Amino acid sequence: MPVVQKSTTSTSKTYTQEFSDNIPVLPVRGQSMQRHAQVYPTKKTSGYDVERVRADFPILKREINGRPIVYLDNAATSQKPVQVIEALDRFYNHYNANVYRGVYRISEEATVAYEEARRKVANLINARDPSEIVFVRGTTEAINLAAYSWGRSNIGLGDSIMLTEMEHHSNIVPWQQLAREKGASLKYVGISDDGRLAREDIHKHLEEGTVKLFAVTHVSNVLGTINPIRELTLDAHKHGCKVLVDGAQSVPHMPIDVQDLDCDFLAFSGHKMCGPTGIGVLYGKRELLQHMEPYQSGGEMIREVHLYEASFKDAPFKFEAGTTDIAGAIGLGAAVDYLSKLGLRNVRDHDREITKYALDALEGVKRLKIYGPTDPETRGGVVSFNLADVHAHDMASMLDEDGIAVRSGHHCAQPLMERLGVASTTRASVYLYNTEEEIDRLVDSVERAGRVFKI
Amino acid sequence: MSSVYSEIILDYYRHPRNKGTLDHPQISAKDSNPLCGDIIEMQLELDKNNGVKEVRFNGQGCAISQASASMLTELVKGKTLDDARKISKDEILSLIGGQLSAVRLKCALLSLKVLKTGVYNYLGSENDSKQELSEL
Repeated sequence: MPVVQKSTTSTSKTYTQEFSDNIPVLPVRGQSMQRHAQVYPTKKTSGYDVERVRADFPILKREINGRPIVYLDNAATSQKPVQVIEALDRFYNHYNANVYRGVYRISEEATVAYEEARRKVANLINARDPSEIVFVRGTTEAINLAAYSWGRSNIGLGDSIMLTEMEHHSNIVPWQQLAREKGASLKYVGISDDGRLAREDIHKHLEEGTVKLFAVTHVSNVLGTINPIRELTLDAHKHGCKVLVDGAQSVPHMPIDVQDLDCDFLAFSGHKMCGPTGIGVLYGKRELLQHMEPYQSGGEMIREVHLYEASFKDAPFKFEAGTTDIAGAIGLGAAVDYLSKLGLRNVRDHDREITKYALDALEGVKRLKIYGPTDPETRGGVVSFNLADVHAHDMASMLDEDGIAVRSGHHCAQPLMERLGVASTTRASVYLYNTEEEIDRLVDSVERAGRVFKI
Repeated sequence: MSSVYSEIILDYYRHPRNKGTLDHPQISAKDSNPLCGDIIEMQLELDKNNGVKEVRFNGQGCAISQASASMLTELVKGKTLDDARKISKDEILSLIGGQLSAVRLKCALLSLKVLKTGVYNYLGSENDSKQELSEL
């Protein structure tokens, strides 16, 4: 592949164009598209056929303690549709090879599929170009990459990084490390009692003039709050402050347009959006990625290596050292296909309906406290709650006895737990396959816990 | 599957026996379970034959951790330290009854770990017991 070895202009587009002329249509692309071409309506949520969606997820047939599993831990990881499982299976059974430099057939097929996955992800979030998509292990690595590579060149002594009280640890700790190393400081945006960002804090911090980066979650993994990213980037950019968005809980659940949001970076994970574990994405504006130093170095990310120096490929390749998670990226591509077929607008509408149903039903449970905004329009499909003084782990264990999978604990958001004044919460989080009947089972089981604990 | 949240567990959780602190404990130990945020402290007063004269636990956390700690205080009271160190995790689990997932075993056995840590420290044999404690 001469194009790769020259590589000064190598982008994923080049690969795709180069290969698409020579190679027959890959099974990865062809089959899944045909199979589901007529299945899903694309416009109205009223036509959303949740039973049809459920049929795509083999794990949902599983029974726990004699009852069908109710999976409500989607904020931790989503289940995988058969289309994604089959894409992984096809890769390993039919064209498993390392990408880019193999000149033989299956290596070329693997390269096409890998770069095709990058293009699919770029389309999903409306990036300007696939070269703005860096494959990483997940949201955590994406944020670490940004902190290490962009942060070390752009944050210095006396600068500050603005975070919020509702961030996941993965959007706090890398910035703490960077701030410590550089002599920078952290500034926090507080939240209201119903879980919204204190906009006055944002303005106050920005006006001090030292904030170089605002790292903020799009959707809180505890409160479900959907933050108004577009307005936040507008404010931040007026003060020359870049914005990194933690999209772990938003990209899987709603239409995302990075050009409209105008964020500088967006980090998200494949495994929360029907894809495999081990693959995630850092989106970065091209001009930023171009000027960033590599994160890890070694094979595949280099242009030339001599005994005492090396030069690097362009973004995104300079950030993808070594053999990447090829199968994971291809699986993520299949997940993006799956979600795109359903339509992210439909997924969001379904999430919102089920969340609204859950909020209404749980509100009827005596002595149950729900955290976060009450309006389903401004929250994602995450519902955190506590029932009187029942410990969240006891609640989760009781729900497990009834075959219901939820999460309990601090949800990797200890500063937020402190702000809320609780040690832990129980969290039910919904996705495209959850039903009202499952929420009914959740509520019944919560009420049973209330009876057992005599509250 | 029998629920671990039996009447007995709930009773020990809501009405814990031997909860509090002692004025002059010879043995005092404390540990926590980072997963649940459970905290357990155990205190023992000994008679001159190294028998457990009085015992108290203190702490906070889930029902399993708190109820099992309370049950353990009743089990250990009156025993000699030699007998106390022989209490097995199976004894605790049979007191609790019901099915526990691997993750929740940590909650159930936290108090035993704290007790044994205190006893071993007192007897000066903590190094011989590292393996056992790490398995709790």
